[in-house]
Amino acid sequence: MSHLLEITDLAVSFRTSHGLIRAVDGVSFSIAEREILGIVGESGSGKSLTVLAILDLIGDPNAAITGSIRFRGTELIGQKPETLRRLRGGAIAMIFQDPMTALTPVFTIGAQISEQIRIHTDLSRHAAQARAVELLDAVGLPDPHRAAVRYPQELSGGQRQRAVIAMALSCNPALLLADEPTTALDVTVQAQILELIRKLRDDFNSAVILITHNLGVVAETADRVAVMYSGRIVETAETAALFADPHHPYTWGLLGSMPALDGIRRPRLTTIPGLPPALDRRPQGCAFSPRCGFVRPECLPAPPALTGTAHQAACVLAGHERAAARNQVLAA
Amino acid sequence: MAGTIIRRLVHMIAVLFGISVLVFLIFFATPGANPAARIAGKNASPQTVARVERQFGLNRPLPVQYALMMKKIFITRNLTSYVNLGEKVVPQVFKAAPVTLSLVAGAAIIWIVVAIVIGAVAAAFRNSWIDRLLMVLSLIGISMPVFWVGTMANLFTQGIWHHTWLFSWVPPLGYVDFSKSPVLWFKSLLIPWITLAILYIGLYARVLRAALIETMQEDFIRTARAKGLSERQVLLRHALRCSLVSVVTLFGLDFGVLVGGGALLTEVVFGLQGVGYLTYQALETLDLPMIMATVIYASVFVVVSNAVVDILYAAFDPRMRLRR
Repeated sequence: MSHLLEITDLAVSFRTSHGLIRAVDGVSFSIAEREILGIVGESGSGKSLTVLAILDLIGDPNAAITGSIRFRGTELIGQKPETLRRLRGGAIAMIFQDPMTALTPVFTIGAQISEQIRIHTDLSRHAAQARAVELLDAVGLPDPHRAAVRYPQELSGGQRQRAVIAMALSCNPALLLADEPTTALDVTVQAQILELIRKLRDDFNSAVILITHNLGVVAETADRVAVMYSGRIVETAETAALFADPHHPYTWGLLGSMPALDGIRRPRLTTIPGLPPALDRRPQGCAFSPRCGFVRPECLPAPPALTGTAHQAACVLAGHERAAARNQVLAA
Repeated sequence: MAGTIIRRLVHMIAVLFGISVLVFLIFFATPGANPAARIAGKNASPQTVARVERQFGLNRPLPVQYALMMKKIFITRNLTSYVNLGEKVVPQVFKAAPVTLSLVAGAAIIWIVVAIVIGAVAAAFRNSWIDRLLMVLSLIGISMPVFWVGTMANLFTQGIWHHTWLFSWVPPLGYVDFSKSPVLWFKSLLIPWITLAILYIGLYARVLRAALIETMQEDFIRTARAKGLSERQVLLRHALRCSLVSVVTLFGLDFGVLVGGGALLTEVVFGLQGVGYLTYQALETLDLPMIMATVIYASVFVVVSNAVVDILYAAFDPRMRLRR
């Protein structure tokens, strides 16, 4: 089956005065049409850089992107700026984390949406504006006609994020990159926005890459999950499989630090000891090894590769050792 | 909006009143500033000074003197000079104002347009040799004193190159009224315009470049790129519009100050009898009525141009409209 997007061995490095720092290191994944992929990880794990790299939006002159990113079979790395520009906002659209700062303060919402429509289609100004109002309505903004002539700062955070989503959807993107779209929002608004993103697939046929540090968001929304740690994917599986049988100790740590809203409530939440390694001082072997309670000698010389077929994990623990070790973390 | 404008007008009148009182007090009521003694001349007898005091009304209480002077400036407009006795002050200011306005307005158009182009180009090619070259040129422009530039310009356009094809069109120094000959008006002012504009081109280009580069780091710029805008569109549509506010702020202050007489050096070098020239002469002879008139005229311009800036802010940046 051909994938919509196929990323192979993607690395994002930054040239610094201390040498080359690999912020994203050998990430590979793919996404099918209409699939929702969740990428989970803590701050600095490289999840945002991974999606920014897809459209070459990192914007740092010292960043170097290597590997392969194929969208509908076309290689994007090293592609002409003009070709990338046409993809941006067209076939691949992006939603950013903070809706408060993501919109230009001096233009109305409607003007910003119709601007994007007019880049990618040859609709007239008037038709584009009408389409903008339609989109604002589709993402559930009350009174879309008035919202279209308002400035970003006249809307609430949730309304702005809806406007940002409307803008991202304006050219029917095949792939939507959502970088922590709910992090800056109230919990109640978060749920509405997630609901909206799930609906997009049905209404707009978009595939979605959803970046978050919140496993709950992933459990609710994604079909498949990739867990990132220190620039690498450490585990990837179907959402249900990942939650039923998490393989990697880091995933256990994430799950253990999350309160269960249903089922057995654990007496206390566990935390992962220590901090993620600084990118320029990443251990030679498994990056999680300094914080892992099950570290083995074979973890240390080189990072373990992702193994498995549908459910992959980058960990040396064998299948039969896993359940016992996991219970130590999660049942504590 | 109407409420804002009315409030702004009241504010302006209050500021103007404050300035006029202050200037009046500085020249009429500071210890040692005895206008009657000055008018009477050196070694005048006390009787003469007393006569002068009576004649000019300088023996009256200060508030009355102030009120009389304001009346003579604004209502009867027959305030006369203390130096050239009998010469009316207000018409002189009104004669000088168009000269200064022509000079400053023309220069302002040049410096705004050129500075925006230079600032935007430098920001677009930041850290390249184009950027560095433009910024060095700007710095040179800022560093060259206007009287030197003016003198050099005169030397070339009026003197050694005047008879070449390049500058033979330049008319002799001095102001030609627009109503007399628009073409000659333009020709006589073009060199002064450029001379005056050079400093501000450098200044504004540097400020705009810095503001643009700062704006280009904002989140919404990344959004604009993610929409598929080209780098030029991002810069010219999204970043420039947000960065113009800093230029507008500067412009309001500079324009007001220049129209109010700050273009003195340019006016003197090019023989333009403008407000700066007038103020300069009045200060030299301590001609108090003339000083009062020019200072009030100048403060009107500074205050008005600040009000215009506030309104322009709102036009450029809707965030300003929500304030208050």
